[in-house]
Amino acid sequence: MSVDRRRFLTISAASLSGALLSACNKNPERAQKLLALAERGNQRVEEALFRHTAMNHVSPSAPIAGASFPKYRISKTVPIWDTAARGVWRLEVSGAVRRPLSLTLDDLMKLPRITQKVDHFCVEGWNARATWSGVRVSDLARAAQATDDAQFVDFTSFDEDYHESWDMASAMHPQTLVAYGMDGYLLGPAHGAPARLHSPVKLGYKNTKYLTRVVFMPAQNGGYWSDQGYEWYGGT
Amino acid sequence: MASLVKRNHWVVRLTHWVNVLAVVIMAGSGMRIFNAHPAFARPGERFPLNPWEGTPIPPWLTFGAWLGGARHWHFAMMWLLVLNGLVYLGFLFFHGEWRDIVPRRGDARDAWEMLRFYLFVRRDHPHQGKHNALQKSAYFAMPVLGIIIVLSGLAIWKPVTLGFITALFVNYKWARFVHFVAMALLIVLALVHVFMVFTVDPYSLRAIVTGWYDRARSPEARNARPFYHLFGSARESTAPREVPPA
Repeated sequence: MSVDRRRFLTISAASLSGALLSACNKNPERAQKLLALAERGNQRVEEALFRHTAMNHVSPSAPIAGASFPKYRISKTVPIWDTAARGVWRLEVSGAVRRPLSLTLDDLMKLPRITQKVDHFCVEGWNARATWSGVRVSDLARAAQATDDAQFVDFTSFDEDYHESWDMASAMHPQTLVAYGMDGYLLGPAHGAPARLHSPVKLGYKNTKYLTRVVFMPAQNGGYWSDQGYEWYGGT
Repeated sequence: MASLVKRNHWVVRLTHWVNVLAVVIMAGSGMRIFNAHPAFARPGERFPLNPWEGTPIPPWLTFGAWLGGARHWHFAMMWLLVLNGLVYLGFLFFHGEWRDIVPRRGDARDAWEMLRFYLFVRRDHPHQGKHNALQKSAYFAMPVLGIIIVLSGLAIWKPVTLGFITALFVNYKWARFVHFVAMALLIVLALVHVFMVFTVDPYSLRAIVTGWYDRARSPEARNARPFYHLFGSARESTAPREVPPA
């Protein structure tokens, strides 16, 4: 009696695990659907937990990464803004705004400056500290008079076709900056000069370097790594 | 058979096997995520506590194929792990079964006696209740490690939004280290557990599947050390030993 039941259970366990395995191997789409569902659910949880008062704290005495701060880019060579070919670099703030802006680096530096020592969280698992100087994206939104349609923000670069779009709440976080300074110096070409997006509230890949445009939008339009399967939200 | 007892409630049996699935996928995908940066040092720093800094986990031990895929599995399966763990711990609490695993005075001495028995210093199996003292401590340590793993996991999943949890582990780097070490300890305990099941008490497999356990075949009744059932002279004890309580 008990042996029969044991055999029954062994067979059912074997067939169940077989079905599970074949579901993963032969029909990965079924697993993909489940994972996509979990990602949407996680995003709702992350958005519900998100607070503008939850800040990244790095001790003033904590060492910075300095020259060891990793340098990533998409194009084969370090992207450098070619003034002769493209004219003076300007940051365009546009989309769902009443007053579109086109700011030179000087214009940007005249806006209220924030200097903060924060973490940079990479999707790979490392974190690195640097002191960033720049303008809050929320100040840019205020200056451009973003409308109620501005639910998302796309940050575009001149490094190939790199861009990443953000939810408005994360973009308006007080630690989300368009940074032009790093560790007390103007941003170097390896770190996204003349200006880049930097915030501890999103993973590194969401922080567009070599910034050219900040576009407020009613819907999100994915991003370079988001379109390749990494989480679009990418929040910390 | 009078010695047949119902040892494991269906909630315990169900959560045990769901946990096997969840832990295997969590550990496999976690190690794939780790391999994207198989070190604990921040860029430009050193981390002497880990002698294998920069050495990845063998890919065949990992799950999820690539960093993004492993992250999706990890963040999906974490809900199953946590919900299942809450059901298990809630059941233990409300059903009183926590008494079977929570340490009590005398456990250290009993564990020492078990060790002496396994090492052939002591001839007879120490008297025990449902679990021997070594087993008990392992079954207690597993949920404790599970709680540490979940907390440190939250600390590295949301180091800003849930920064107060990250602060419990000092900072992101140390939370990541704790998350990894607790996982490694849990895997070691699970492997020892599986080894002991097959070499000392294979009859307990029935108890974690159907719930039924034959006390006449318990390690105490058989005076069983690892591999006893393979090499022991008598499979079933004929000595009129007292049947231990379930």
